[in-house]
Amino acid sequence: MPRPDPEAVAEAVFAALAEPTRRSILSALAARGPMTATDLASQLPITRQAITKHLELLSAAGLVLAEPGERRRIRYRVNAAPMAMAQSYLAALSRDWDGKLARLQRSLDAPAPPPEGTDSTDGMEVGADGASAGGA
Amino acid sequence: MPIPDRIERTIDLAQPPQRVWEALTSAEGLGGWFGDHATVDLRPGGTAYVEWDGEDFKAALTIVVVEPPTRFAWTWGIQGLAATDPRRTYVEFTLAPSGGGTRLTVVESGCAQVPDELLDTAYGGNVEGWRKELAELADYLHAAA
Repeated sequence: MPRPDPEAVAEAVFAALAEPTRRSILSALAARGPMTATDLASQLPITRQAITKHLELLSAAGLVLAEPGERRRIRYRVNAAPMAMAQSYLAALSRDWDGKLARLQRSLDAPAPPPEGTDSTDGMEVGADGASAGGA
Repeated sequence: MPIPDRIERTIDLAQPPQRVWEALTSAEGLGGWFGDHATVDLRPGGTAYVEWDGEDFKAALTIVVVEPPTRFAWTWGIQGLAATDPRRTYVEFTLAPSGGGTRLTVVESGCAQVPDELLDTAYGGNVEGWRKELAELADYLHAAA
Protein backbone atom coordinates (compact mmCIF):
# COMPACT_ATOMS: atom_id res chain seq x y z
CA MET A 1 0.00 0.00 0.00
CA PRO A 2 1.81 3.20 -1.14
CA ARG A 3 1.85 6.09 1.34
CA PRO A 4 0.15 9.26 0.11
CA ASP A 5 2.66 11.77 -1.21
CA PRO A 6 2.51 14.99 0.88
CA GLU A 7 2.67 17.11 -2.23
CA ALA A 8 -0.24 15.23 -3.80
CA VAL A 9 -2.21 15.68 -0.58
CA ALA A 10 -1.53 19.43 -0.55
CA GLU A 11 -2.55 19.65 -4.19
CA ALA A 12 -5.80 17.80 -3.57
CA VAL A 13 -6.58 20.06 -0.59
CA PHE A 14 -5.96 23.27 -2.53
CA ALA A 15 -7.94 22.03 -5.55
CA ALA A 16 -10.84 21.08 -3.29
CA LEU A 17 -10.77 24.42 -1.50
CA ALA A 18 -10.61 26.39 -4.76
CA GLU A 19 -14.32 25.80 -5.35
CA PRO A 20 -16.74 27.97 -3.32
CA THR A 21 -19.44 25.31 -3.03
CA ARG A 22 -16.99 22.83 -1.59
CA ARG A 23 -15.79 25.45 0.86
CA SER A 24 -19.43 25.96 1.93
CA ILE A 25 -19.87 22.22 2.42
CA LEU A 26 -16.69 21.94 4.50
CA SER A 27 -17.64 25.02 6.52
CA ALA A 28 -21.08 23.59 7.25
CA LEU A 29 -19.62 20.23 8.31
CA ALA A 30 -16.95 21.93 10.43
CA ALA A 31 -19.48 24.21 12.10
CA ARG A 32 -22.37 21.80 12.68
CA GLY A 33 -20.85 18.34 12.65
CA PRO A 34 -21.52 15.26 10.51
CA MET A 35 -24.44 15.52 8.06
CA THR A 36 -25.96 13.63 5.16
CA ALA A 37 -26.13 15.07 1.64
CA THR A 38 -29.82 15.71 2.27
CA ASP A 39 -29.05 17.65 5.48
CA LEU A 40 -26.52 19.73 3.59
CA ALA A 41 -28.99 20.42 0.75
CA SER A 42 -31.46 21.83 3.28
CA GLN A 43 -28.83 24.26 4.56
CA LEU A 44 -27.10 25.33 1.37
CA PRO A 45 -28.55 26.86 -1.81
CA ILE A 46 -27.50 23.86 -3.91
CA THR A 47 -29.28 20.74 -5.11
CA ARG A 48 -28.73 17.44 -3.37
CA GLN A 49 -27.31 16.01 -6.62
CA ALA A 50 -24.68 18.76 -6.84
CA ILE A 51 -23.79 18.28 -3.18
CA THR A 52 -23.36 14.54 -3.72
CA LYS A 53 -20.90 15.19 -6.56
CA HIS A 54 -18.91 17.61 -4.44
CA LEU A 55 -18.90 15.19 -1.50
CA GLU A 56 -17.46 12.50 -3.77
CA LEU A 57 -14.60 14.80 -4.73
CA LEU A 58 -14.02 15.88 -1.12
CA SER A 59 -14.04 12.25 -0.08
CA ALA A 60 -11.50 11.33 -2.77
CA ALA A 61 -9.28 14.15 -1.51
CA GLY A 62 -9.60 12.71 1.99
CA LEU A 63 -11.16 15.92 3.31
CA VAL A 64 -14.40 14.28 4.37
CA LEU A 65 -14.97 10.77 5.59
CA ALA A 66 -18.17 8.89 4.87
CA GLU A 67 -19.58 7.17 7.92
CA PRO A 68 -20.97 3.72 7.22
CA GLY A 69 -24.67 3.62 6.50
CA GLU A 70 -27.36 3.01 3.95
CA ARG A 71 -26.71 5.03 0.78
CA ARG A 72 -29.01 8.01 1.36
CA ARG A 73 -28.32 8.09 5.09
CA ILE A 74 -24.54 8.25 4.85
CA ARG A 75 -23.25 11.03 7.05
CA TYR A 76 -20.07 12.88 6.13
CA ARG A 77 -17.64 14.40 8.58
CA VAL A 78 -14.58 16.61 8.17
CA ASN A 79 -11.19 14.86 8.18
CA ALA A 80 -8.54 17.35 9.28
CA ALA A 81 -5.37 15.35 8.55
CA PRO A 82 -4.94 16.37 4.88
CA MET A 83 -5.43 20.02 5.87
CA ALA A 84 -2.72 19.74 8.50
CA MET A 85 -0.42 18.42 5.77
CA ALA A 86 -1.30 21.31 3.44
CA GLN A 87 -0.51 23.68 6.30
CA SER A 88 3.14 22.62 6.11
CA TYR A 89 3.19 24.02 2.62
CA LEU A 90 1.61 27.31 3.68
CA ALA A 91 3.95 27.58 6.65
CA ALA A 92 7.01 27.17 4.42
CA LEU A 93 5.77 30.01 2.23
CA SER A 94 4.90 32.27 5.14
CA ARG A 95 8.17 32.11 7.09
CA ASP A 96 9.21 35.40 5.45
CA TRP A 97 12.96 35.25 6.07
CA ASP A 98 13.42 38.07 3.55
CA GLY A 99 11.35 40.43 5.66
CA LYS A 100 12.97 39.32 8.92
CA LEU A 101 16.55 39.61 7.62
CA ALA A 102 15.79 43.07 6.23
CA ARG A 103 14.59 44.04 9.71
CA LEU A 104 17.78 42.60 11.21
CA GLN A 105 19.90 44.63 8.80
CA ARG A 106 17.94 47.80 9.57
CA SER A 107 18.24 47.30 13.32
CA LEU A 108 22.00 46.73 13.06
CA ASP A 109 22.46 49.77 10.84
CA ALA A 110 20.52 51.99 13.24
CA PRO A 111 22.82 54.12 15.41
CA ALA A 112 23.84 52.23 18.53
CA PRO A 113 22.20 53.49 21.71
CA PRO A 114 24.45 55.36 24.15
CA PRO A 115 26.27 52.98 26.51
CA GLU A 116 24.45 52.49 29.77
CA GLY A 117 26.17 53.60 32.95
CA THR A 118 25.10 50.72 35.14
CA ASP A 119 25.18 47.44 33.28
CA SER A 120 23.50 44.54 35.00
CA THR A 121 25.72 41.83 36.38
CA ASP A 122 23.91 38.88 34.84
CA GLY A 123 25.57 39.26 31.49
CA MET A 124 22.74 41.03 29.66
CA GLU A 125 23.73 42.09 26.20
CA VAL A 126 23.17 45.73 25.32
CA GLY A 127 23.29 47.40 22.00
CA ALA A 128 21.58 45.14 19.49
CA ASP A 129 18.63 47.31 18.79
CA GLY A 130 18.00 49.53 21.79
CA ALA A 131 14.39 50.58 22.08
CA SER A 132 13.00 49.40 18.77
CA ALA A 133 10.98 52.21 17.26
CA GLY A 134 7.61 51.05 15.90
CA GLY A 135 8.16 49.47 12.54
CA ALA A 136 5.85 46.51 12.92
CA MET B 1 6.08 22.29 -7.24
CA PRO B 2 7.06 20.33 -4.14
CA ILE B 3 6.75 21.70 -0.64
CA PRO B 4 10.05 23.56 -0.10
CA ASP B 5 11.79 21.55 2.62
CA ARG B 6 14.84 23.79 2.88
CA ILE B 7 14.78 27.58 2.88
CA GLU B 8 18.19 29.23 2.65
CA ARG B 9 19.16 32.90 2.67
CA THR B 10 22.50 34.67 2.85
CA ILE B 11 22.91 38.32 3.73
CA ASP B 12 26.05 40.45 4.04
CA LEU B 13 26.02 42.69 7.08
CA ALA B 14 28.39 45.58 7.78
CA GLN B 15 28.81 44.65 11.47
CA PRO B 16 31.34 42.16 12.85
CA PRO B 17 30.16 38.65 13.90
CA GLN B 18 30.11 39.50 17.62
CA ARG B 19 27.63 42.32 17.04
CA VAL B 20 25.45 40.17 14.76
CA TRP B 21 25.63 37.34 17.31
CA GLU B 22 24.21 39.62 19.99
CA ALA B 23 21.37 40.68 17.70
CA LEU B 24 20.55 37.02 16.96
CA THR B 25 20.75 35.65 20.46
CA SER B 26 19.80 38.38 22.94
CA ALA B 27 16.28 39.15 24.10
CA GLU B 28 16.70 42.72 22.88
CA GLY B 29 17.85 41.50 19.48
CA LEU B 30 15.28 38.74 18.93
CA GLY B 31 12.57 41.05 20.23
CA GLY B 32 13.75 43.76 17.83
CA TRP B 33 14.09 42.22 14.36
CA PHE B 34 12.53 38.77 14.69
CA GLY B 35 9.55 39.51 16.90
CA ASP B 36 8.37 42.37 19.05
CA HIS B 37 9.16 40.91 22.47
CA ALA B 38 11.44 38.06 23.49
CA THR B 39 12.93 36.24 26.42
CA VAL B 40 15.96 34.02 25.90
CA ASP B 41 17.48 31.23 27.96
CA LEU B 42 20.65 31.06 25.89
CA ARG B 43 21.98 27.52 26.23
CA PRO B 44 21.48 24.27 24.33
CA GLY B 45 18.14 22.94 25.55
CA GLY B 46 17.02 26.39 26.67
CA THR B 47 13.88 28.06 25.39
CA ALA B 48 13.40 31.47 23.82
CA TYR B 49 9.89 32.88 23.67
CA VAL B 50 9.08 35.38 20.95
CA GLU B 51 5.87 37.38 20.69
CA TRP B 52 4.46 39.66 18.07
CA ASP B 53 2.28 42.68 18.83
CA GLY B 54 -1.33 42.14 17.84
CA GLU B 55 -0.85 38.40 17.31
CA ASP B 56 -2.25 35.76 19.57
CA PHE B 57 0.78 33.59 18.92
CA LYS B 58 3.85 33.05 21.04
CA ALA B 59 6.68 31.13 19.42
CA ALA B 60 8.69 28.80 21.63
CA LEU B 61 12.14 28.28 20.17
CA THR B 62 14.03 25.29 21.55
CA ILE B 63 17.67 26.26 21.37
CA VAL B 64 19.88 23.50 20.01
CA VAL B 65 23.28 25.00 19.16
CA VAL B 66 25.06 27.91 20.89
CA GLU B 67 28.57 28.41 19.49
CA PRO B 68 29.39 32.11 19.80
CA PRO B 69 29.92 33.87 17.51
CA THR B 70 29.61 31.43 14.61
CA ARG B 71 26.64 29.07 14.97
CA PHE B 72 23.19 29.39 16.55
CA ALA B 73 20.31 26.99 15.96
CA TRP B 74 16.84 26.30 17.26
CA THR B 75 13.78 24.21 16.44
CA TRP B 76 10.28 25.60 16.47
CA GLY B 77 6.75 24.57 15.59
CA ILE B 78 4.80 25.35 12.49
CA GLN B 79 2.47 28.32 12.88
CA GLY B 80 -1.14 27.41 12.29
CA LEU B 81 -0.79 23.89 13.59
CA ALA B 82 -1.92 22.75 17.01
CA ALA B 83 0.61 23.29 19.79
CA THR B 84 0.62 19.52 20.25
CA ASP B 85 1.60 18.88 16.62
CA PRO B 86 4.93 17.03 16.64
CA ARG B 87 6.28 18.78 13.57
CA ARG B 88 9.12 21.24 14.19
CA THR B 89 11.46 22.87 11.73
CA TYR B 90 15.19 23.40 12.34
CA VAL B 91 16.62 26.90 11.93
CA GLU B 92 20.38 27.37 11.81
CA PHE B 93 22.33 30.62 11.57
CA THR B 94 25.96 30.60 10.46
CA LEU B 95 28.11 33.70 10.91
CA ALA B 96 31.31 34.07 8.90
CA PRO B 97 33.65 37.08 9.01
CA SER B 98 33.58 38.86 5.66
CA GLY B 99 35.76 41.92 5.22
CA GLY B 100 35.02 43.95 8.33
CA GLY B 101 31.48 42.60 8.43
CA THR B 102 29.61 39.32 8.56
CA ARG B 103 28.17 36.95 6.02
CA LEU B 104 25.07 35.57 7.70
CA THR B 105 23.42 32.42 6.38
CA VAL B 106 20.10 31.14 7.67
CA VAL B 107 18.77 27.72 6.75
CA GLU B 108 15.36 26.49 7.82
CA SER B 109 14.78 22.82 7.10
CA GLY B 110 12.10 20.26 7.73
CA CYS B 111 9.20 22.33 6.38
CA ALA B 112 7.93 19.42 4.29
CA GLN B 113 8.17 16.76 6.99
CA VAL B 114 5.03 14.79 7.64
CA PRO B 115 4.81 12.47 10.62
CA ASP B 116 3.77 8.88 9.95
CA GLU B 117 0.63 9.13 12.04
CA LEU B 118 -0.61 11.97 9.83
CA LEU B 119 0.06 9.96 6.68
CA ASP B 120 -1.80 7.06 8.20
CA THR B 121 -4.86 9.12 9.10
CA ALA B 122 -4.89 11.32 6.00
CA TYR B 123 -6.42 8.66 3.86
CA GLY B 124 -7.31 6.17 6.54
CA GLY B 125 -11.00 6.16 5.77
CA ASN B 126 -10.51 5.83 2.05
CA VAL B 127 -7.90 3.14 2.37
CA GLU B 128 -10.37 1.10 4.42
CA GLY B 129 -13.03 1.72 1.81
CA TRP B 130 -10.81 0.54 -0.98
CA ARG B 131 -9.70 -2.50 0.94
CA LYS B 132 -13.34 -3.49 1.40
CA GLU B 133 -14.23 -2.92 -2.21
CA LEU B 134 -11.19 -4.81 -3.47
CA ALA B 135 -12.04 -7.70 -1.15
CA GLU B 136 -15.57 -7.70 -2.54
CA LEU B 137 -14.21 -7.66 -6.07
CA ALA B 138 -11.90 -10.59 -5.25
CA ASP B 139 -14.86 -12.53 -3.81
CA TYR B 140 -16.89 -11.74 -6.90
CA LEU B 141 -14.13 -12.94 -9.22
CA HIS B 142 -13.65 -16.12 -7.20
CA ALA B 143 -17.37 -16.78 -7.30
CA ALA B 144 -17.46 -16.22 -11.05
CA ALA B 145 -14.49 -18.49 -11.72
